[in-house]
Amino acid sequence: SLGIDMNVKESVLCIRLTGELDHHTAETLKQKVTQSLEKDDIRHIVLNLEDLSFMDSSGLGVILGRYKQIKQIGGEMVVCAISPAVKRLFDMSGLFKIIRFEQSEQQALLTLGVAS
Amino acid sequence: MKNEMHLEFSALSQNESFARVTVASFIAQLDPTMDELTEIKTVVSEAVTNAIIHGYEENCEGKVYISVTLEDHVVYMTIRDEGLGITDLEEARQPLFTTKPELERSGMGFTIMENFMDDVSIDSSPEMGTTIRLTKHLSKSKALCN
Repeated sequence: SLGIDMNVKESVLCIRLTGELDHHTAETLKQKVTQSLEKDDIRHIVLNLEDLSFMDSSGLGVILGRYKQIKQIGGEMVVCAISPAVKRLFDMSGLFKIIRFEQSEQQALLTLGVAS
Repeated sequence: MKNEMHLEFSALSQNESFARVTVASFIAQLDPTMDELTEIKTVVSEAVTNAIIHGYEENCEGKVYISVTLEDHVVYMTIRDEGLGITDLEEARQPLFTTKPELERSGMGFTIMENFMDDVSIDSSPEMGTTIRLTKHLSKSKALCN
């Protein structure tokens, strides 16, 4: 199963995922993020994958989908704290060419102008 | 020694996790590395997800069949559905190609299978279904060969 923890810091939506991101759990992530983008005043997304234990190509698809959403409103998506296994999938798909990566959530927030 | 197992389950997305965890626990007896286990879990997830989304278009009356054979540190996996089949295999294997972009599919499933396995073969015909055969040599057997 997938745990989705979300909070808004200034105009940045921080999403922390725990557990497994696959086709079955991707839809919930899509819905929750879409709801937050509609309800809150969001400009950027920080996606923290530190505690994500499994991901497959369905995860790549749902992340790319959220990237497109945030880009449409002129914002940026930053992914942080990624495991070597998940990084391989990102590398394979070329997603890092369009999505920025930072070592930690704090670092990611700093680059988006949010002081922690 | 040859050791084999067979699984049959409904084409339901909640079974994706069941399938990859079950295959991984069967393979654990060969003492694979963590990386190898992750690779196997990922490809099982890819193939099963393909069967559910593309083979059966999420009709849960469909069944997915998995067979795994272990022999001398080699893992042979067959993942089969009796769904719609793939019309253009060449196209399907291209990185980032997907017939269902509206469902946010990344089109990376076959690319991941090819990267994580030593051999991938696909048999598919329209309305008959798809069979994917995956082979992986675990690192211990490679060490013995050297």
